[in-house]
Amino acid sequence: MPKLYTGAEIVFKCLEDQKVEHIFGYPGGAVLPIYDELKNHTSIKHILVRHEQGAGHAAEGYARSSGKPGVVLVTSGPGATNVVTALTDAYMDSVPLVCISGQVPTHLIGTDAFQECDTTGITRPCTKHNWLVKDINDLSEIMHEAFKVATTGRPGPVLVDIPKDIQFAKTKYKKPKKEKKLNGKSNNKFSQKQIDQLIDLLKNTKKPVIYSGGGVINSGPKASDALREFVELTGFPITSTLQGLGAYPGDDNQFLGMLGMHGTYEANNAMHDCDLLINIGARFDDRITGKIDEFSPNSKKVHIDIDPSSINKIIKVDLAIVGDVTKVIGKVNKTILKKKNGHSKSNKSNIAKWWEQIQKWRGKDSLNFVNSNDSIKPQHAVQRLYELTKDKDTYVTTEVGQHQMWAAQHYKFNKPNRWMTSGGLGTMGYGLPAAVGVQIAHPEKLVVDIAGEASVLMTMQEMSTAVQYNLPIKIFILNNQYMGMVRQWQELLHEKNYSESYSEALPDFLKMAEAYGCKGIKAENPSELDEKIQEMIDYKGPVIFDCHVDPNENCFPMIPSGKPHNQMILGPNDQEENKIKGKGKALV
Amino acid sequence: MPKSKSAYSVPTKKEKSDTYIFVVWVDNEAGVLARVVGLFSGRGYNIESLAVAEVDAVKNISRITIVTTGTPQVIDQIKLQLAKLVPVHKVAEFKREDKNVIFKEMALFKITGKKKKMEKCLNACKKFDLVILDETKTSKVIQITALRREIDKISKKLKPWGLISASRTGAVAMTRGAKIFN
Repeated sequence: MPKLYTGAEIVFKCLEDQKVEHIFGYPGGAVLPIYDELKNHTSIKHILVRHEQGAGHAAEGYARSSGKPGVVLVTSGPGATNVVTALTDAYMDSVPLVCISGQVPTHLIGTDAFQECDTTGITRPCTKHNWLVKDINDLSEIMHEAFKVATTGRPGPVLVDIPKDIQFAKTKYKKPKKEKKLNGKSNNKFSQKQIDQLIDLLKNTKKPVIYSGGGVINSGPKASDALREFVELTGFPITSTLQGLGAYPGDDNQFLGMLGMHGTYEANNAMHDCDLLINIGARFDDRITGKIDEFSPNSKKVHIDIDPSSINKIIKVDLAIVGDVTKVIGKVNKTILKKKNGHSKSNKSNIAKWWEQIQKWRGKDSLNFVNSNDSIKPQHAVQRLYELTKDKDTYVTTEVGQHQMWAAQHYKFNKPNRWMTSGGLGTMGYGLPAAVGVQIAHPEKLVVDIAGEASVLMTMQEMSTAVQYNLPIKIFILNNQYMGMVRQWQELLHEKNYSESYSEALPDFLKMAEAYGCKGIKAENPSELDEKIQEMIDYKGPVIFDCHVDPNENCFPMIPSGKPHNQMILGPNDQEENKIKGKGKALV
Repeated sequence: MPKSKSAYSVPTKKEKSDTYIFVVWVDNEAGVLARVVGLFSGRGYNIESLAVAEVDAVKNISRITIVTTGTPQVIDQIKLQLAKLVPVHKVAEFKREDKNVIFKEMALFKITGKKKKMEKCLNACKKFDLVILDETKTSKVIQITALRREIDKISKKLKPWGLISASRTGAVAMTRGAKIFN
C-alpha cells in the first residue's frame, strides 16, 4: 500500500517537486500544520516577513529578478487580506506568484469563524485563478496546476486556500503530470504567414519605431537577446515602457529612452510621427498612449503579445501576432537573415532621414535639469548612484512616485531582470520588500531600492526582515518631505493647493536605521554625495540612506493628461526659453 | 474641449452598441459562475440576462448563456477575457439579429380572476407554445416559450386581464442546422 501523507506534507512535496527554494510568509492559526512541517524540508528556506504585504512584494521581487515563481505562505483572515495588494500588483504587472493561504476548517467555513474570510472570493478578481481545497485528494493536483497557471502564458498570481482540517487529513501524493494541457490557455499560435507580413512592413517603412515592454522580460533572457539581434538587423530606433527597461541596453545609441507620460521627447515624438509601430510585449497602457484618438495617427501598427486579450483592447492594430516574444522575434530574425542572403540590400538607407529627425529631437535633451551646488537635485542623485554602481551588476527596485520616474529616466539598465518596479498598480511601499526578495534570489549582488520617504514608510517594517537574514539591501531615499508626484500634480493642475501632500512629521531615518540594527547614512550637500554613496556601496549590510533633495523639483518631461505624444511639457530650461508658463497651464 | 484636471485621459467618441449573446462552456465547479459574472461586473460590462445549467454530467460541463450589449471592441474583449478563465472551455458569441441562431426564453405566468378574462389570456398566449401547468376555479399557471421582446409584450398585455405573478428565465440559444458552435 502506498504511503499516506498529511495535507501539510503534500504541500511541501509539491513545493519540492516544483523546485521551490524560498518561501516568504508569516505564520498564524490556520497554517500552523504547514509551519510545523517546515522543519522536515531542509531544501526549502522560509523567509519570515513582518507583514503579509511585504511577503507578497518580496516574492514579486524574487520572481522578477530570477524568472522563477515567487511563493507566499500566509494564514487565514487578515493574513490573506493583507496579501491582496501584492496579488493585485502582481496581476497588473504579470508576475508569477503562488500564494498558499490557510483557511478555517471546512466545517466552520461560512460560520464567521475566528479569522475567517472569503479568501477565494476576495482574491478572485486579482488572481489568474484560485482554488479552495475542500477534498484532500485534490490537493496535489491543485498545487501542481497552480504552478502551471502562474508560470504559463501571460504569467500572474494564483492562490490556493487550504482549510486547516485538510492540512491534517491524509492521502496519497501525486507527482506533477508532464505536459498537461490547460485547454489552450498558453498561446503560441502564430504562423509563418504573419511573420512574412511583418517582414513586408519592415521592408517598406521609412519611419519605424520599436516599442518594447515587460513581455520581453517575462519571456526570459533569450527574448532580450532576440530583441537586440532584431534591433541590430533592422537598424530601427527602439523605445521601452517602464516595465521593459533593461531588455535593450539603456546606453545604446539606438535606444531612445523610455516613452510615455514621463518619457523622453525623442521617444514620444517618434511614436507620434512614425509610419510603422512595432509593439513587442507591451499593452498600450494609458500612461503610454496619452490621448487615444491622436495616438500615433499615421502608422501601421504591429502588436506581438502572448495574451490575445491585449490585442485591440486599447489601440486597434493592423497586424497582431499572438505568441511568446522569444519564439516570434526568433522567427522574425531567422526570416530576415534568410532573405538577406538572397539580396544584400538593407533598408537602413531608407530610414537615414528618420534618424536625422530623431537626432534633432534628441538635441532638446529633454531629461535635462538645472543642477545646483547648494542642494542635491534628485536627478543628480540618481545619476551619481548610476555612475558609482554601473560597473557592478546592480539590481534596482523602486517605490512609486517622482523618484521612480527619475530612476527610470536616469538609471541606465543594460540587462533584463535588473529593474523591479510597480508599474500597473503603482503600489507605494513596493520597493523595500521587493529588494528583500531580490537579495534572497541574488545574495552576492548589489541591490538598491531607490525610494521616496513617503513610500518607504508604508512598508518600513521589512527592514527588520533584512536585518534578520543579514540582507545587505541599500534603501536610497530621495527625501523631499513631500509626496512628490502628488505635489507636482497639485502644482500643475490644482492651483498649488498642496492638500495633505506635505509630511509635517517624518522620522529621523538615521535613528530609525539604528533602531532596526542597520547602518544609517545622511547626505545633505552635493559635495558629499559621491563619498556617502560610496560608503553605502562598500558597507556589508543593510543601509538606510537619507538623501535630502530639493523639495520643489518636478519630474519632466511630461505629457499632460488628455494630450497626444507631440504636446509635451519640457523641463525648466525649455520653459525659460519659450515662456510657455501661461499657455502651458492651459495645456494641462 | 473642457479643461481636464484628471491624470487620466477624457473618454473619446463612443461607437454604437449592439446586443450580443454569449455561450460559454465551463467546468461545473464551485465558484465558476462567480468568475464569469465577476468578470462582467469588474470590467464594467453589462448583463441583460443569464441562463446556466449543467449540460454534460459525465464531463461535468455547464453551459452559460449571457445576453449583453456593447460596442464591437467591448464584445471582442468580453470574448477574449472569458476565454482566459481557467475553467472556461470555449466561448461563442453572435449578434441577436443572427438568422442562423435560435434563442428562446421561458416564462411562467399566474393568472387569477373571472373565467372569461382567463380565457382571453390563454388565447393571447396560444402562439407561444402554451402549456397549462395548474388550474383551479379562480387561477391558472401557464408556461410559454418565446423571444424576450414577445414575452415583454404579452406580459404587458396580460396585466389588466389578471396576470398577478410572472417568472422568467434568461435566454438560451442554439444554432440552426447540423452545425454546432465552435
